[in-house]
Amino acid sequence: MADVLERLGYQIDFPEAQTCCGQPAFNSGFWEEARGVARHFLDTFEGDGPIVVPSGSCSAMCSHHYADLFQDDPAQMARVKAISSRVYEFSRFLTEVVQVDDLGASFPHTVTYHDSCHALRELKIKAGPRQLLSKVRGLTLKEMDAAEECCGFGGTFSVKFPNVSGGMAQTKLDSILRTGASHIVSIDSSCLMQLQGVISRQELPLKTIHLAEVLASR
Amino acid sequence: MNPIPVDAIKSTLSDARLQNAIYSSTARLMDKRAHAIAPDAIDDFQGLRTQANAIKRHAIDNLDYYLEQLEQNVIARGGKVVWCRDAGEAIQFVLQLSREKGVKRIVKSKSMTTEEIDLNEHLEHGGIEVVETDLGEYILQLAHEKPYHIVAPALHKTRYDVADIFTETLKVERVEEPEQQTQVARRVLREKFITADLGITGANFLIADSGAIVLVENEGNARLSSSAPRIQIAIAGLEKIIPRAQDLATFLKVLGRSATGQPLTVYTSFLSGPRRPGEIDGPEEFYLVLMDNGRTRLLADEGKRQSLYCIRCGACLNHCPVYRKIGGHNYPWVYSGPIGAIISPQFHGVTQDPWLPFASSLCGACSEVCPVKIDIPQVLLELRADITHAKRKEGAGQWERRAFRLFSYVMRRPRLYEMAAAMASSVFPGSRGAWLRSLPRLLRLPPVMGWLSHRDLPPPPERSFRALWRERQRAKGGN
Ligand code: SF4
Repeated sequence: MADVLERLGYQIDFPEAQTCCGQPAFNSGFWEEARGVARHFLDTFEGDGPIVVPSGSCSAMCSHHYADLFQDDPAQMARVKAISSRVYEFSRFLTEVVQVDDLGASFPHTVTYHDSCHALRELKIKAGPRQLLSKVRGLTLKEMDAAEECCGFGGTFSVKFPNVSGGMAQTKLDSILRTGASHIVSIDSSCLMQLQGVISRQELPLKTIHLAEVLASR
Repeated sequence: MNPIPVDAIKSTLSDARLQNAIYSSTARLMDKRAHAIAPDAIDDFQGLRTQANAIKRHAIDNLDYYLEQLEQNVIARGGKVVWCRDAGEAIQFVLQLSREKGVKRIVKSKSMTTEEIDLNEHLEHGGIEVVETDLGEYILQLAHEKPYHIVAPALHKTRYDVADIFTETLKVERVEEPEQQTQVARRVLREKFITADLGITGANFLIADSGAIVLVENEGNARLSSSAPRIQIAIAGLEKIIPRAQDLATFLKVLGRSATGQPLTVYTSFLSGPRRPGEIDGPEEFYLVLMDNGRTRLLADEGKRQSLYCIRCGACLNHCPVYRKIGGHNYPWVYSGPIGAIISPQFHGVTQDPWLPFASSLCGACSEVCPVKIDIPQVLLELRADITHAKRKEGAGQWERRAFRLFSYVMRRPRLYEMAAAMASSVFPGSRGAWLRSLPRLLRLPPVMGWLSHRDLPPPPERSFRALWRERQRAKGGN
């Protein structure tokens, strides 16, 4: 992602104090613990430049759910508002802020695109990543029949309900295998980790790759 | 605190026939819905959802006003309104009325509200014969099962299952064609309709300004149940109210489409009191049972109150990847799927089945299709916080709490975070980017083992992003 953005002429600052957005605790009902982490995020990213996030679910956490965490805290709420307007999921930053779709990338493979649920339903990102992929040299995009179905990750859901989560991944992978693609592209690493976990276990002929990596390939 | 029904879930997941039945039936319903809401089939379906949401919000926010208006209008049409605080009061009313009026046989049309209070069991205990007249419900009554789905109660039964059930319980010749099976049920049920003393229906909508009860269905059995017997009872949850007759247009447009992909169900019946002088049909007596049974408790919470907007279309079940795996019977209550996951804890208290709101990947497919736009994932998140809070008070869930406290502690300290990551990498010096199938004994904690039961774990990166970043900045001659 850094490569792609620098090539576009952006100067990147990587605040080394950054850790996590707090979503794992928030989604598990530990709002107090999540608030602590969120406050750290707000401190670390104080400033005014755009914050580009290579993950749909972390972006959605900052732009949608920080407001849940701090609803009774007007002082923090003001900071949340300021931050959430600066947070951009990576592909959205490219298509809507930079307004480019051709990054001169080349990736000679047949790929399928997995819509991560947070990106699709909370951030309403669907066409952008496909648009970006369509301009990659040598790349063929094959849509799967269950593109919008969840991969089954869901954070702690995947360890609390491993059978159900595994079953969902299987349904997803069956659909992916039907496309004949060699790579699964997504904008969320957590979905890719879930799918790669099953791919590795079952030794399936598939690879997972983040959109940023595809766009950085030459 | 009931635990996760792990074994029951496992057995559903490993039953290939059942998995196929659930997956293909829900896929069919999803497909039909998609066609029915397409722009060439209906104008501005999304606008209708917004409208339906607004009407429900208004109705629920002003529930007291509209319920009183409804009561006045039902009474004006000669009906009686019975207010029931809970299941016990509703059951008692039906039993007592049946005794007073010498009722021996009751025909019932499909109603989740009566399933909610186990009405059939109680009536049978009281020596009264009750017959379900919706085909799916009838099949389940014969099989002594609860509905698997709020719209398609026998969704999990194949026609071969139905053939088995009919031959065993009705002692009829085995038929495997759905049409023939319908004929079998029809023959038995006609007789019951004609001889029943009392008909019980649910209600899809209660119209406040006209005192009418609206029933939508496809088989005509609800219409028969409400017109053939001499006494009629409609049992409805308080939240079924809509303010005006004209609001119905919005709901009828979204309900059938969302449920089964039908522009309109085959029958839409309006019940408005007993037969009046000069009318040729209709019941002699008409009762509307308005049941609370926990509903008003939901009114207190402004955020979660939207759970009461539900019109029981079942779309969220069909689109839920979890429901599609675990089916309807592994949920703790008759309401299954996403809507069940948000209303069960609110009706029964969050600690009764504390696992339920966590049995979701929060993918949001449910709220995307919900015709009244209930934000189900948001309600799940709030319930999770309530549960964690309740557990904290009870001193339960120690380990998870410690884990998240530690998480929060580390994540607020970047140096510590960096060290923890470096430690993780050093535990697996030889993994060389290969995914891990097992772990050293020390790290075999239950959550990790849960993950590893179906998947491999990513190896910790040999070099962290931070390290790479620093190197990159140095190479560029930067700071
Ligand atoms: S919650 Fe929405 S989608 Fe689910 S049954 Fe109720 S109305 Fe239908």
